[in-house]
Amino acid sequence: MTMNSTGRPTTPSGGETMSDIQTVSGSRGLMQHEDLIFETGCTNKTGVDLPAPKGLKNRLGGVARKRSTELPGLSEPETMRHYVRLSQKNYAIDLGLFPLGSCTMKHNPRLNEKVARMPGFADIHPLQPQYTVQGALELIDQLAGWLKKLTGMPAVAMSPKAGAHGEFCGMMAIRRAIIARGEIETRTRVLVPASAHGTNPATAVQCGFKVDEIKADKRGRVDMEDFKAKLETSDDIAGIMLTNPNTCGLFETDIREIAELIHQAGGYFYCDGANFNAIMGRVRPGDLGIDAMHINLHKTFSTPHGGGGPGAGPTVLSDALADYAPVPFVIHDEDGYKLVEEAEGEGEEAFGRLCAFHGQMGMFTRALTYMLSHGADGLKQAAEDAVLNANYIQARMKTVMTPAFDGYCMHEALFSDAFTADNVGTLDISKALIDEGYHPMTMYFPLVVHGAMLIEPTETESRAELDRFCDSLEAIAERAKAGDESLKGAPYLAPMRRLDETQAARKPVLRWYKPEPEKIAAE
Amino acid sequence: MRYLPLTPEDRKAMLATIGAKSVDEFYTDVPEAARLDGTIEGLPDHQGELAVERHMAALAGKNRTASEGRFFAGCGAYKHHVPATVDHIIQRSEFLTTYTPYQPEIAQGTLQSLFEFQSQVAALTAMDVANASMYDGSTACAEAAIMACRVTKRRRVVLSGGLHPHYAAATRTVCEAQGIEVVQLKPGIDDELALKDAVDDKTSCVIGQSPNVFGTVTDLSPVSEAAHEQGALMVSVFTETVSLGMVTPPGEMGADIAVGEGQSIGNPLNFGGPYVGLFATTKKNMRQMPGRLCGETEDADGQRGFVLTLSTREQHIRRDKATSNICTNAGLCTLAFTAHMTLLGDKGLTQLAELNHEAACQLADALEGVDGVEILSPRFFNEFAFRVPGNAEAVLAQLDEKDVIGGVRASRLFPGKGMDDVIIACATECTTEDDIAAYAQALKEVL
Repeated sequence: MTMNSTGRPTTPSGGETMSDIQTVSGSRGLMQHEDLIFETGCTNKTGVDLPAPKGLKNRLGGVARKRSTELPGLSEPETMRHYVRLSQKNYAIDLGLFPLGSCTMKHNPRLNEKVARMPGFADIHPLQPQYTVQGALELIDQLAGWLKKLTGMPAVAMSPKAGAHGEFCGMMAIRRAIIARGEIETRTRVLVPASAHGTNPATAVQCGFKVDEIKADKRGRVDMEDFKAKLETSDDIAGIMLTNPNTCGLFETDIREIAELIHQAGGYFYCDGANFNAIMGRVRPGDLGIDAMHINLHKTFSTPHGGGGPGAGPTVLSDALADYAPVPFVIHDEDGYKLVEEAEGEGEEAFGRLCAFHGQMGMFTRALTYMLSHGADGLKQAAEDAVLNANYIQARMKTVMTPAFDGYCMHEALFSDAFTADNVGTLDISKALIDEGYHPMTMYFPLVVHGAMLIEPTETESRAELDRFCDSLEAIAERAKAGDESLKGAPYLAPMRRLDETQAARKPVLRWYKPEPEKIAAE
Repeated sequence: MRYLPLTPEDRKAMLATIGAKSVDEFYTDVPEAARLDGTIEGLPDHQGELAVERHMAALAGKNRTASEGRFFAGCGAYKHHVPATVDHIIQRSEFLTTYTPYQPEIAQGTLQSLFEFQSQVAALTAMDVANASMYDGSTACAEAAIMACRVTKRRRVVLSGGLHPHYAAATRTVCEAQGIEVVQLKPGIDDELALKDAVDDKTSCVIGQSPNVFGTVTDLSPVSEAAHEQGALMVSVFTETVSLGMVTPPGEMGADIAVGEGQSIGNPLNFGGPYVGLFATTKKNMRQMPGRLCGETEDADGQRGFVLTLSTREQHIRRDKATSNICTNAGLCTLAFTAHMTLLGDKGLTQLAELNHEAACQLADALEGVDGVEILSPRFFNEFAFRVPGNAEAVLAQLDEKDVIGGVRASRLFPGKGMDDVIIACATECTTEDDIAAYAQALKEVL
């Protein structure tokens, strides 16, 4: 999930600089200053001891590198310190509550990491003969089985490498189904709610469709009047992309009717599964009439977010789409497990291939480990606890903040900035949370709520931790209501103050450059 | 359940605060027909660590690892040694369990390492700028094709016959959806230069690979020149990053976009994923790049810091007008890459490349000495194609009986293309002289 930064200030302004004790080193106690490796390393230093090459005649045929890469090297202790120092400038789920709405920042069990590193999983090559990797193929098959049972869907494509890649997979399957019906020239319109993740419209366009935006109603759900109006002419409808529970943290009450109407119109139903954590074990998307849905293993099934990836986005498919699933896929017969790798023979109907090899195996091992640990009972309990925690935050905060919608929420609580004084806003509240030791919530998303603050605590948090968080947020909200100008300078206590994003975009510096010789001489 | 902190008493008290009788009240928006009673059928209940570990270890035990016996498979995934330090670094909680660095004040660790990663990739490829990674090499290749179409406003992409066929297939899938024409040249072990004759004034880009999927290295400069003459872009692909320690980098062959697979640096084989896609281009085309970018800036106190930037290209701002739908990247795999590359430095990388190349040269010499074997790749880095008398699949199966995984058969990657007698073999710094001798001996016995 992402945050939208439209409409929020990106250049620091206002607020006092905290009077600071200056240090010679630039370090501040445990917070160590750390330069770039390009400033501390050098090309003739290395942190590895390799045997000396023999000096054999090369067989590169003249296609040889003539200039140095200029890559700096560091010894092992310097390397270790570099990254440990950097790590200490990061917030993480292992440090505290990470309430980023739509991102499902839950605990990442270390058993997952241990299992993923078993040589039988980590040290196998994707193009080894298949009879030497039967355990790996069986694992993919077992994980697929869990995903199909949890979603109540008949098929799953395992190779998508992230949520957006899963969206692409599902929409390509839809595209292929429409091609099979001979209607690809006319069925080009995909309905996407205004509240959708940005990846949804981007994916639809990448699959060659046109996006038609549907409004949200006053309850934060799909506006059924608008939806029905969009279906009045239906011979150009390819489908709908809808998140459920939606990005407002609400269950789409009319979802079965939406499915029925889109099918009647000749379209397909793509469900964005980013928020599956709220309903796993309690509701099967297959019972809601969907045709395709990706599952973010890095959200719902605890594979680590790793600072932005890697993810995995297996995509479940209905009977109408199953034949078009991309290669490769695993089949099973009396001789064992087999990969179908080509879009011919058994893979004849496949819409193609999404990536090299067979998907995010390292994420599959972690996700299956998590599923086995939780079991059907634990997964259901996790969903219920996630929803309970979000409602607890909503209940505690609704007297000081403005809930975006009435009623209970699912796994995330959404507030607007209506309660703040004019001079402070969502960004300021977020940055003040940093000083309190928390990662901010998702800001300015979904777009349908002014100054949105989307809080997803997940099932990982204890009641005491939630109370501590609410105490902090409550105090900040009171200050925001009173228009406390000092909020605009926050954070004061983080490794860095607010950063100038405008300058970064105006004159992009995207890499380190060697300083000009005259500049060095001048220094 | 060990991952859930709430006690039954907590739940009760929290429900009281909320004013709800049970959690069922939160699910009343779910249509009645879709509400489940009890737990989902056919799935086991929760288990302790020991039981789960046993289950997973049993699956792992059914696989043969690349460290057992003699191992010579490559073709886009490479068996290299990863220093112990790297795995320790990526398991630090602050890197492992954090999100995309959207709050830069508390994500400088991730951001600085991304800035260093981008700088390393740019230096390695001799390109101006690189992004903060794609899913893998193949998806980076597909993104390069559609980026070239955006830049040139043309709709035809030409793929070489030495491009990894999975990369070609992933690129075809993405292009087909957007109505972009894809011209695929026929498979060829040493045919990258055929791209020169396939480019015309409708071509948005040509995509060539060096070292290619058959291991052949090629100076792609003549292709770049031909492409540029027609106003097309040159996309240069590599699947073995270690090769850049020794072979001419894309930027010095006139590439406009360089894409590659970074798995070899810092990342284990993992049966094909997760890997790390490298993507670099020229300053001119910087704003057309897909994916996240990290840039330098200052904070309110004037301190140097880093932020995600140029996000007006991205889906969360631009929605249906974004350059790509990509959101998640290779995160932790980029950290493994950059940490390993920091340990190597130019000196270590060059040495590593030389060791790889020498191992492959020795392997080629040894196999050439076996009757009936013909080395087909005229110039290579750490892998090469060779012909065996007879069927490669049968030969590899017999080699396996002698504990040698002898490489990848070309017919698995190019079925039905008349390559049934071709094997692609790879050697790295992990390959010993003993391994090479054992391979040659086994092949002699098999043929």
